[in-house]
Amino acid sequence: MSIPLNSEQVLDREYLEIRGKILELAASLDRLERAAGCVNEDNRMNLISQGLQILLQETDQTKAAQIQMLFSRVYDDTWREQFEL
Amino acid sequence: MYYFDPHIHMVSRTTDDYETLAKMGCVGMSEPAFWAGFDRGSVDSFRDYFRQLTDFEPKRAAQYGIQHYTWLCINAKEAENVELSREVIKMIPEFLDKPNVLGIGEIGLNKNTKNESTIFLEHMELAIQYNQQILIHTPHLEDKYQGTRMILDMLTGDSRIDPARVLVDHVEEHTAREVLDRGFWAGMTLYPVTKCTPQRAADIIEMCGAERLLVNSAGDWGPSKPTAVPDLILEMRRRGHSEALIRKVVYDNPIEFFSQSQNFSFQHPE
Repeated sequence: MSIPLNSEQVLDREYLEIRGKILELAASLDRLERAAGCVNEDNRMNLISQGLQILLQETDQTKAAQIQMLFSRVYDDTWREQFEL
Repeated sequence: MYYFDPHIHMVSRTTDDYETLAKMGCVGMSEPAFWAGFDRGSVDSFRDYFRQLTDFEPKRAAQYGIQHYTWLCINAKEAENVELSREVIKMIPEFLDKPNVLGIGEIGLNKNTKNESTIFLEHMELAIQYNQQILIHTPHLEDKYQGTRMILDMLTGDSRIDPARVLVDHVEEHTAREVLDRGFWAGMTLYPVTKCTPQRAADIIEMCGAERLLVNSAGDWGPSKPTAVPDLILEMRRRGHSEALIRKVVYDNPIEFFSQSQNFSFQHPE
């Protein structure tokens, strides 16, 4: 099943919303830079950076699923042995 | 359009919310047992909660023409207390014959720990023993993918579990397809920040199809929106989807899933 709207209709509908979300992100990053201290070594900054790069990549996977996986803990299929369950 | 909210915690909501939901087309709901915002200290505390779910809430809902159903369990957060969890699991059968009880839920994982997994398996055993349907909570944020995979491991590792009688809730972009591909029903929870927006839920419906897919509001004591299902209805209409498709997701699917429960006696509104 696909979305009934064509891409131009989606863009017309969402352009201002996307613009607004990018602006919010930009302002958040500015706020981080203006604040005292440094969080460059914080792994969350690394995740944010990787997330932003995903938005511009062209792959077979959806961007939303890739972002979800980026921010997910790793699944280990030996968990039952580790828990002795 | 009439709709059925398959996962909403009405004990957290005011009677005004029942009235608003009825005005927006809600004619049925199911309320899984969950965390109260604090850890309860005794099995009697859960017994009182189950009385509230099986006696008081159905009456409150009925005042507005809403048919109320429920699910019973001790939730994943409190499952860290294994001793209390086992007392609660032992007590649950006292309530399984109440007319609005659909099954065991929302069981699941929270931080994906050994104790949570142990109690999940014991809830599964209870559901099998009493031939109950199961409603499952999957963890939030960074724990969701790992926890969902662990839950699917436990469910598919027991041949007595029929996936068609299990609803795995709070699926998102990275978990929905696997849940559906393994034959389970999947629920999307429309909830600010930690779960899914109506727009993203509509995307998932478009990508995965509407078979065995439900949508709910959660509507708990957090910053949730009990009228989130009508938000999805509006979003799908704005995209040009048919009324039949929308109705399938918000009405036909939940009723089809719940109809497998012996206590489900839903009356379609005239």
